[in-house]
This record gives sequence, structure tokens and C-alpha cells, in this order.
Amino acid sequence: MLSANLSATFYLVSGILFILALRGLSSPDTSRQGNYLGIAGMVIAIVVTFLSIGNFSTSLVFVLIFLLIGGAVGAFIAFKIPMTAMPELVAGFHSLVGLAAVFVAISAFLNPEVFNLGSSGNIKLASLIEMSIGAAVGAITFSGSIIAFLKLRGIMSGAPITFIGQHYLNLILGIGVFVIIFYLCKSQLDTMFWILIIISFLIGVLLIIPIGGADMPVVISMLNSYSGWAAAGIGFTLENTALIITGALVGSSGAILSYIMCKAMNRSFFSVILGGFGAENTSQKFDDKKEKPVKSGNAEDAAFLMKNASSVIIVPGYGMAVAQAQHALREMVDKLKKNDIKVTYAIHPVAGRMPGHMNVLLAEANVPYDEVFELEDINNDFANADVAFVIGANDVTNPVAKTDPQSPIFGMPVLDVEKCKSVLFVKRSLSPGYAGIDNELFYKENTLMLFADAKKMTEDIVKNLE
Amino acid sequence: MEIDPFIFRLSIFILSIFIGYYVVWSVTPSLHTPLMSVTNAISSVIIVGAIIAALAGKSEVIFNSSSIFGFLAIILAAVNIFGGFLVTQRMLQMYKKKKDKK
Repeated sequence: MLSANLSATFYLVSGILFILALRGLSSPDTSRQGNYLGIAGMVIAIVVTFLSIGNFSTSLVFVLIFLLIGGAVGAFIAFKIPMTAMPELVAGFHSLVGLAAVFVAISAFLNPEVFNLGSSGNIKLASLIEMSIGAAVGAITFSGSIIAFLKLRGIMSGAPITFIGQHYLNLILGIGVFVIIFYLCKSQLDTMFWILIIISFLIGVLLIIPIGGADMPVVISMLNSYSGWAAAGIGFTLENTALIITGALVGSSGAILSYIMCKAMNRSFFSVILGGFGAENTSQKFDDKKEKPVKSGNAEDAAFLMKNASSVIIVPGYGMAVAQAQHALREMVDKLKKNDIKVTYAIHPVAGRMPGHMNVLLAEANVPYDEVFELEDINNDFANADVAFVIGANDVTNPVAKTDPQSPIFGMPVLDVEKCKSVLFVKRSLSPGYAGIDNELFYKENTLMLFADAKKMTEDIVKNLE
Repeated sequence: MEIDPFIFRLSIFILSIFIGYYVVWSVTPSLHTPLMSVTNAISSVIIVGAIIAALAGKSEVIFNSSSIFGFLAIILAAVNIFGGFLVTQRMLQMYKKKKDKK
């Protein structure tokens, strides 16, 4: 049996390994090694826990069996999941962390002796507060992630669901959580604990239903952050350094990602959380657009344009992910490169449904990561490029964000696609994007609309490039 | 007067937030998706709490009301640990430089 001091030291080691795992992600070269350090940290934490308990009874056999069942399921999912389903996978995984936190908190509440937290009905005040926070945040993470998962998976409509008094209800429930924690601490009653968990589940659902599809990058990052804070709450209860360090890391990581995503949309975190973006102004903006002339073309025209270009910038968006067009796109780019055409990719931070979504898909299609650029690194290149190939992106290219202070997306950093000599826009129809506003780019002199499914169109262009 | 150990844990927590802040800002935006999946995997270190809870059962009664929640949490956390690290690995394997493929 390991002494408490020794095991605490090992937990610190695994906490440090987790820090290094995140540090590795600063470049793709070091990232794989970082991931191994993370795995090492996890192995150390688990082994030390077994050794510190030193109870090698039949229970241990069951623990190992359950561990393997979970592990097998996890490994199966990890190998089978298509890269396009990454956002919902991450949301699903967040829900599991949340629920695990709730379960551990319940277990600690029912049997506090095991964790040295006092006795049932007489739990130490600090521990009770910590486990309540852990359980509440965990429950919010769980139900919120489930809703996010359903929306991303398309089982539930991605449209915002709002009703009158929604914000007041959330406010009341939010205050309710604190009141219940207060009474729980005074009374130590089981019922209070269960009510706390149920209300928290409800808050998670209510928090995520008003948020629409394209705001999902913020939501996923936010839930990522919550799962961290839940882990930290449990870490304080269990007095476990590894959990506290990890919780803090994950919590701040998710918070930073939410901040980056909000900034990339020029929206405040609160306006995202309150939800219902763009729902009001869709109707009136529809009217005048039918009259404007639109140039539409086919794959042949697109192939011709690109063949005669010397540089092409590709702007992928969520539509590429939906159509699974990344492999066809890569083929097209290969053909262009054979003709000595310079091809680069421009990624907007909120393209797709989660941070870095487009990068992963391009990486999957074997696009070298040094051809893929972030908004600020490539935006000046559009003026010198011959063709911009916009595939599945819309709002992130809308010049209105720079010109019209009335527009709901005014001030959002956008890709300067309109500065290209010509723009190819692959889109299924003229319908406005998520923000519900018309894209001026469609009607520009130098824009050629390619109305088709992204994958189908790209494949046709490939054929025409032969 | 002795310092409450809680203060030490709080210090660790706050300092870790700062470490997280600086480390995460240095993560390249193209790796933000692997960042999410790996943070997901490491936050499942909550499994240590689940193991302690599960092993608390006596050898006669392995599954009591408290340890059952421990066992359930073990499954959930294990799905996350294996799934999270493996899917991160799978993603990171795909990030290649130009020269690698030619």
C-alpha cells in the first residue's frame, strides 16, 4: 500500500504530464509525443489509485472488468467514427465526463467515510459544498452536451428553440441551485441533493436549446470548459491533485476556446448564450433579392477558370463537411498543382461546427498542414489571387460585415474573398447562411455561382480538369 | 496557527488555471479539435474517484448503493479515456507536412 504522501506525489507527476500533453499541441510535430505523455499521465494516475487503496479483493476484479468494458467501447468508437462526426463525438464525450462527475459525487455523498469526508448525514461543510458544485456543474455538462449532441447529429433541429420567459426561468433555476446548496449544507438531507442534481440537469437542457447550429463552436468549447470545472470540483472533494490540476487546465482551455470563437464572430459570450441569433431579421431581408442578377455556371466553367489561374485559394466551410467533399477537393487540388497552380487553403476560426473542424477534415484528406492558413495569415493574399473557391462557407465571406453597420454580422472578421479576381461559390441554393442575411458576394460581377452539392460539383470539376 | 490544506489545494488550482491559460494560448489553431478531444480524455482522470468509490464495497457485498455509482462512473470514464486518447492519436496521425508525402 502506497503512503498518502507518495501517492500525492505521483498524482502531481500525472498532472504535470497532462500539462505537457497540452503543451505538445503547440505544433503538429510535437503533438503526437504530447499525446503519449498524456496517456502516461493517465496510466500513472490509475495505477497509483489501485496501489494506494491496496484492497485487492474480488471488487478489484469487477473494477478491472468495468474498466475494460468501457475501454473497449471507447476504443471501438475512436476507430470507427468518421472525421466528419468529430463535433458530435466530442459533445458526446463531454456528456460522459459530466455524468461521471455526477456519479462520483453521488457515491461520495452516500458513502462519505470512504473518502474521509465525515460520516453520512454529517459530511464536512467544505466537502459538501465542493461535491455539490461538482455534481451541479457535472449535471449541467451532461444534459447540455446531450442536447448539443442531438443538435449536431441532426436528431434534433439545429434551429434555436426559444420561448417567452426563458431567461427568467433560467435565472430562477440558477438562483435555485444556490438556495438548494445552502439548505443542503444546513440539513444534510438526501432529498436536497437529488433535487439539486435534477434542477442542474434541467438547466443544462434549457441553456443549450436556444442556441443555434452555427453557434455550436462556442457551445462545444463552453461545455468543454464546464466538464473541466466539474472535474476540479470533484478534485477538491477527493483532495486529489491530479484532478484539481486537470480540471483547471481543461476549464481554462475551454474558456479560451469559447473566447476565440466569440471573437471570431464578433459576438459577446452572453449574446451567444442567450441564443436566437438572426431569427428576427430574416424575413424582411428576403424581399429585394430576387431581382438582382446572379451569374451561375457549371463545372466546365469552373475548371476553365481555375486552369487558367496561377493561384487559387480554397475557402472551406460547414457545407464541405456535410457533403463529405474533402477527398474530392483534395483530388481537385492535386490536378491543379500538376498544372503548376499555387493552391492554398483559408480557414475562418468558426468555419464548421467546432474549433479546428476544417483543419481536421483537410488533414484527413491528406492535405499537408503547411498549405492551410488561418484568417489573419492569409487575408492579404486574396488581393493577389486569381480564383477563390468557396466550398460550403457563406457568412464568413460576407463583405457586408465590413461595409454595413446595420448588419447583424457587422464587425465580424471575414475572409476578403471579394478581392480575388474571380470567385467560385459552390452552394446548393441562394439561401442565406446561418445569420439569416444575404451575401453580397453572390451578386458581384466577378462571382460565378456553382449550384450543386459540394461533393458532386467538385468531382465534376475534377473530370473537367483532365 | 496551521494553514488549512484547502488553501494549498486552492493554490494548486489557481496556479493551474494560469498554466492552462498560457499553454492553451500557445496551441496552434489548426489543432483545436485535437485539443478538445485530449482535454476530454484527461478530464476523465475523474476515474480515480470512481475507482475509490467502487472499491469501497466489502468483499461480501461488492455492489452497494454507493459503489454501484462508482462502477458506473468507471465505465463512463473508461469510454472517455480510451476513446479520447485514441481518437486524438488518430487525428494527430493525419497532420502531415508537405515533404512527408512526396
